[in-house]
Amino acid sequence: MSGDVMMDTWWWPYVMILVAGWLATDVWRWIGVFASGRLREDSELLIWVRCVATALVAGLISKLILFPQGILGETPMWLRIAAACAGFGAFFLSRQKVIVGVLAAEAFLIGGWWLVDRVG
Amino acid sequence: MTVPEGTEQSNLPEDPPKSGREWFLLGARAAISIPALILTAAFVGFAGLARETGLSLAETLAMTGFIWALPSIVVLTGALSSGMGLIPASIAVALASVRLMPMTMALMPMVKVPGKTKNWHLLIASHFVAVTAWVFAMRTLPELPREARLPYFTGFGSAVTSFVFCMTGIAYLAVERLPDVVAGALVLLTPVYFLCSLWGAARLNVDKAAMVVGLVLGPLFFLYLPGLDLLWTGLIGGTVTFFGMKIFRGGLS
Repeated sequence: MSGDVMMDTWWWPYVMILVAGWLATDVWRWIGVFASGRLREDSELLIWVRCVATALVAGLISKLILFPQGILGETPMWLRIAAACAGFGAFFLSRQKVIVGVLAAEAFLIGGWWLVDRVG
Repeated sequence: MTVPEGTEQSNLPEDPPKSGREWFLLGARAAISIPALILTAAFVGFAGLARETGLSLAETLAMTGFIWALPSIVVLTGALSSGMGLIPASIAVALASVRLMPMTMALMPMVKVPGKTKNWHLLIASHFVAVTAWVFAMRTLPELPREARLPYFTGFGSAVTSFVFCMTGIAYLAVERLPDVVAGALVLLTPVYFLCSLWGAARLNVDKAAMVVGLVLGPLFFLYLPGLDLLWTGLIGGTVTFFGMKIFRGGLS
């Protein structure tokens, strides 16, 4: 499904990257610069905004784990979910060290992948 | 290998009068750190994703340099691959990067020298605000003299960005030759890295609740409302969490 639609013209992806990517991202950083000191960080509006943003990024995370692109999509879904859970568990047990979580998830995935290949 | 990332500041010599340039270089040196390596690996994973999706090398690098926030980059990659229009894609990316605003707001008073720092300096430095650099800055900068903070942060940010930029390009070119397991493992790196660092960056319970709700709703909306699924996940999940937690905490006041 990739490729055809967006490759209609060579420059369209760059318009997307500059407007929907760069502008849509940096505008928040610029607003942050100008608003610093004026908007309170614990205001209700900002908490709501952060809830929406957090839920969106979290939705993206689980989408990437459940429906990944490319070669990872060929692994069983339960293995990817279990690997992510193992990573998060290790992250939690290690007093929130991101590196531990990442390594645990990767070790689980690679080990499980190897086992599935051998058994299947 | 578990060198605490804070080690750098103890290496800083004690004599304070230093030029901005020296602080910039010290910040750049501090970029050699564990979080920067995880970030690099996550971007290597993105290079693989971008290639699988059909993006060119130039597009991949343009996204890395111009956006510099992995969730937004991944959202835009999805938008490009599904042929989403400019407006919906902008909204989706903007929603994915709203969190940069409170992060920038929290950081700026720390790096600003009141009455002296020019706004355009802050605007340039703000481009480096992303989870990795922000966590580093919030932990490290308070121990530095005020004048040192902006050049130090800018040095750190530009060093990490340049390094990751180059590695993304190299990874894009090399990724075809990677064994399946390595390529797959790198694609998993990004969501797991986000999973952990998003939880680590959540300060209030309501942030954590929103994260759990988003994790559940994301795949549901993807299956039943594909296209704008991330927008709905954010808006509905975030709003429900926000009001749900308000009621849970003891009524709407």
